[in-house]
Amino acid sequence: MYQQPNETGHFGQFGGRFVPETLMPAVLELEEAYNEVKNDPDFLETFHYYLKDYVGRETPLYYAERLTKKLGGAKIYLKREDLNHTGAHKINNALGQALLTKHMGKKKVVAETGAGQHGVATATACALLGLECIVFMGAEDIKRQKLNVFRMELLGAKVEAVHHGSATLKDAVNEALRYWVSHVEDTHYIIGSVVGPHPFPQIVRDFQSMIGRETKQQFNEKTGRLPDALIACIGGGSNAMGMFYPFVDDASVKMYGVEAGGHGISTGKHAATLTGGRVGVLHGTMTYLLQDDDGQITEADSISAGLDYPGIGPEHAHLKDINRVEYVSATDQDALFGLKLLSETEGIIPALESAHAIGYLPELAQAMTEDQSIVVCLSGRGDKDVETVKAVLGGQSDE
Amino acid sequence: MSKQRLDARFKEILARGDKLFVPYIMAGDGGLDALNERIQFLETCGASAIELGLPFSDPVADGETIQEAGIRALKSGATVQGVFDTLKVSKERNMPIILMTYMNPVYRYGIEAFAKACVDAGVSGLIIPDLPMEEEQMITDILTQHDIALIRLVALTSPTTRQEELKKRTEGFLYAVTVTGTTGERQTFTDRVHQYLAHLKNGANTPVLAGFGVSSEEQVKMLSGHCDGVVVGSRIVKAFHEGDRAIIKAMIEASKQST
Ligand SMILES: Cc1ncc(COP(=O)(O)O)c(C=O)c1O
Repeated sequence: MYQQPNETGHFGQFGGRFVPETLMPAVLELEEAYNEVKNDPDFLETFHYYLKDYVGRETPLYYAERLTKKLGGAKIYLKREDLNHTGAHKINNALGQALLTKHMGKKKVVAETGAGQHGVATATACALLGLECIVFMGAEDIKRQKLNVFRMELLGAKVEAVHHGSATLKDAVNEALRYWVSHVEDTHYIIGSVVGPHPFPQIVRDFQSMIGRETKQQFNEKTGRLPDALIACIGGGSNAMGMFYPFVDDASVKMYGVEAGGHGISTGKHAATLTGGRVGVLHGTMTYLLQDDDGQITEADSISAGLDYPGIGPEHAHLKDINRVEYVSATDQDALFGLKLLSETEGIIPALESAHAIGYLPELAQAMTEDQSIVVCLSGRGDKDVETVKAVLGGQSDE
Repeated sequence: MSKQRLDARFKEILARGDKLFVPYIMAGDGGLDALNERIQFLETCGASAIELGLPFSDPVADGETIQEAGIRALKSGATVQGVFDTLKVSKERNMPIILMTYMNPVYRYGIEAFAKACVDAGVSGLIIPDLPMEEEQMITDILTQHDIALIRLVALTSPTTRQEELKKRTEGFLYAVTVTGTTGERQTFTDRVHQYLAHLKNGANTPVLAGFGVSSEEQVKMLSGHCDGVVVGSRIVKAFHEGDRAIIKAMIEASKQST
């Protein structure tokens, strides 16, 4: 049976707790607090109550018939995380960790955000539970995702622009970590993906794993079987981990993680960490990273702010090394194609992040047969991206 | 040899009744060409050892001043190899050099190769702020083999048991972080600092140095009075960058006057 991480927070050679001593006690306290609640019926009941009555779970598993016909090949099902309150899977983890914050007796929360989805989800959970919330966001991302900034502010959160470095997600994580170092005594860091020091990758995975559990049950109800393949986009890797984790021991289920190929892997301008990166240590964890020969982290590049990260969750690094998951990439162009394809065939505008998984679908579906099935984790809806997409495709729709 | 150089020098200074003063500078800030001259200048001023920052793109333990120095250093073309090569030129110096950097540049260079390069460049010790004791076994054996001190940081948030463990494990000195936060100048310190330093001093078998936030002559005197001396970073980095070196001399003088 697959059982990771080990007691020191490592997934094979990856993971761990590479944080300054000032944070170590907080990281250890968090681990202890999480161990207290993870099997506690009261905590889980509260979590599930909010997931059901507030978030709107469970999310549907939808058979995309027209898309299936259009691509010709395996049957395609969509796990509709885009239908969650706030529009993406991010709320699952934000809510779980906000409840954990209360359990620890802390009243303040810091978070980072790339696309703004995790920031909005955290601001939402904090408003719901009466917690103070500050969100760090790269200045570049603020430009790309103006509406999400305003949403966070409406929800009562304080948004701090980060101008350092590439002014995107990596820099927002740096700043959130620095803020946490300085306010660790009364503040919890709600990290937005399966990244960071142990126990974050485990906590975020567990708080997202209802995606895979529901999928397994829903698919079984519909077909009496397991799906043949799962596919999800990967920034830090939380929607993918949530989908994959409950299936890791089901050897017949193939899994595909789609990283952001940006302008193409060969151009060097991409965010495909597992495809184009090397092992190192960043943001508290050992994992694959985009870096130069001197160990300096290089800038990631993707049309989608939520995938624009030079690292990846350590558990994905491990699943790659043990060959359990296949990691592939889709370029900006593939994602735009995927976004249009899903919009036109199914009437669902996906988030640009999720559109990377759709962008890789034709290749995968056509290599499979009609009696096989693929479940796509549709991690979020595209409302936040309409402006970005219009800027790129604008010429065509203005004609 | 490397670690011993550091231990011997600290012992000698403390035996004189002086306090230790360790300035931090960023390698490559102002160009690598400036490095050996800056080390020389600090030696002339009476520094006890030098903490030399190797720039890293994502320094989460550092505040604005050192972050910006790191960016300047990287822009000027500083590399890990370049820093080692520059240090090698004057490796027979008396001044012990302690490298401060994050885990990733060390890992990428190769831990064994990095330790060897330290020996070749006359480096006595390493400070890696994102390597807590939970992860340090990936590096400790190799550093021991090459006689490089691994200087542990202890924090205001560390519970007593961790403080004691870090006291036991550290080599060269114990780096007592005096703020709950990142590096950078501070006006004041928490009242707990005195008690904290006194507790760390009690039973320590290495010198205890206070660092993070120390930025004036008064603070140097005040903190040195409660331990074996100080590390001063951001204020020194700023002084070199702005070309106003008088404050560096003044702080080292202040250290000599504290008891
Ligand atoms: C809709 C959506 N999907 C995916 C991601 C990527 O994150 P992860 O890989 O952690 O699921 C984001 C991040 O912002 C997102 O908003």
